[in-house]
Amino acid sequence: MNVPVVTGETTEKHPLEDYLRFDRLPHIWCPGCGLGTVLGAFLRGLLQSGLTPDKVAVVSGIGCTGRSAGYIKLDSFHTTHGRAIAFATGLKLAKPELKVVVFSGDGDLAAIGGNHLIHAGRRNIDLTVLCVNNFNYGMTGGQFGPTTPVAARSTTSRTGNIENPFNMSALAAASGATYVARWTAAQVHQMERSITEALLKRGFSFVEVISPCPTYYGRMNRLPTGLDQMRYYRSNSVVRHGTNPNEVGVGVDGQIVTGKFIDIERPYLPSSGDGNNGG
Amino acid sequence: MTESKQNQVFVTTERCKGCRFCIEFCPQHLLYESDETNSKGYHIVHMDDNGKCIGCEMCSMVCPEFAIHIVTADEEPEQGEG
Repeated sequence: MNVPVVTGETTEKHPLEDYLRFDRLPHIWCPGCGLGTVLGAFLRGLLQSGLTPDKVAVVSGIGCTGRSAGYIKLDSFHTTHGRAIAFATGLKLAKPELKVVVFSGDGDLAAIGGNHLIHAGRRNIDLTVLCVNNFNYGMTGGQFGPTTPVAARSTTSRTGNIENPFNMSALAAASGATYVARWTAAQVHQMERSITEALLKRGFSFVEVISPCPTYYGRMNRLPTGLDQMRYYRSNSVVRHGTNPNEVGVGVDGQIVTGKFIDIERPYLPSSGDGNNGG
Repeated sequence: MTESKQNQVFVTTERCKGCRFCIEFCPQHLLYESDETNSKGYHIVHMDDNGKCIGCEMCSMVCPEFAIHIVTADEEPEQGEG
C-alpha cells in the first residue's frame, strides 16, 4: 500500500519556511510566472552558501520582481523605482559586514536604474545583483522596455519592437562586474548553484535570470502560458560557460545562450580596512 | 510513517495556481492535473503512485507557489542532503 499523497493543509514544514513569509502567500504573481521559482532558487542558494541569514539584506526596486523583498523573512527593503542598487550601495558602505543582495527586474535595473547598475559595476561594490528579466514591463501592462528583443510584440509595440535591446549580461560585464552569469527559470539547479557562487564572490556579482511572463510577453509572442515559455526555455537554452557576453544577445526566438560568462578578481569596495580588497 | 520507504509529496492545495510546472518537470511523470479545484478555482495537482517517486525534489524546486515539498523516505536527521 502506498502512502497517499498528502494534499490540503499539512503540518509538515516546508524547507523554506524559516526564510519566507508563508503567512503572506499566495503571492501576487500570476499563475505561470517564474518569479516564485527564482525566489525559491535564491533562498536555497542562500542556504547553500552558508552565509548567516542575519547578515544578509535584500533590497528590491519597483515592479513585479520588486515585490519579492516583502515575501522574504530576512532584512529586506523595497525601495523607490530604479534605486535598489543606489540604496544597496549606501547600505553596504555603512554596514560592510552585511551581504547585500539586490533582487529586482529588468525594468528596474536596466531602464530607470541603468545608471546605478553601470556605476556599481564600475566601482565594483561588493553586491550581488539578481536581475529577473522577463523582457517587458509586466506590472504596468506589458509595455516594451530596454530588454524587449527586436520584433517582439508588446502592448506598445503591436507589430513588433523596432528598438535594439540591452544585453543585460554584456552590460554588467562591460561595466566591470566580477561575476556574470545568465540562466533561465527552467534551469533551476544551475541557477541555484550560480546564485550561491555569486553570493560568495567578493565584488560586484550579477546573475541574470530569464523568466516567463505569460500574462503579457508570452501571450503576445505565441507562448501563451508560463508552461509554454518554460518548455521553450528548456529546449532552447544552451550552456556555454566562458562565452564572451557580447555574443549572447537574446532574440524573440532562437537559442538562449546561458552559463557563467565572467568570473574574475578585481579590487572591490568597500575594502576590508586591512588593505585586502581583493586586488 | 517510519515503516514506509517511500517519499512523501505534500501539496498545499490552497496555494496551487495550476501552472503545471511540476507536472512538466517531474522526471517520472507522476503528477497530473486533477478535476478537483481549490477555493480559487484552480485545478490542483495530484499524484497516484508515489512508490515511483525518486525524491529528486524537482517539483518542489520549480513550484513558483511554494506549494509542494517532499519528505524523502530515508532522510536521516544527521545526514541531510543539503
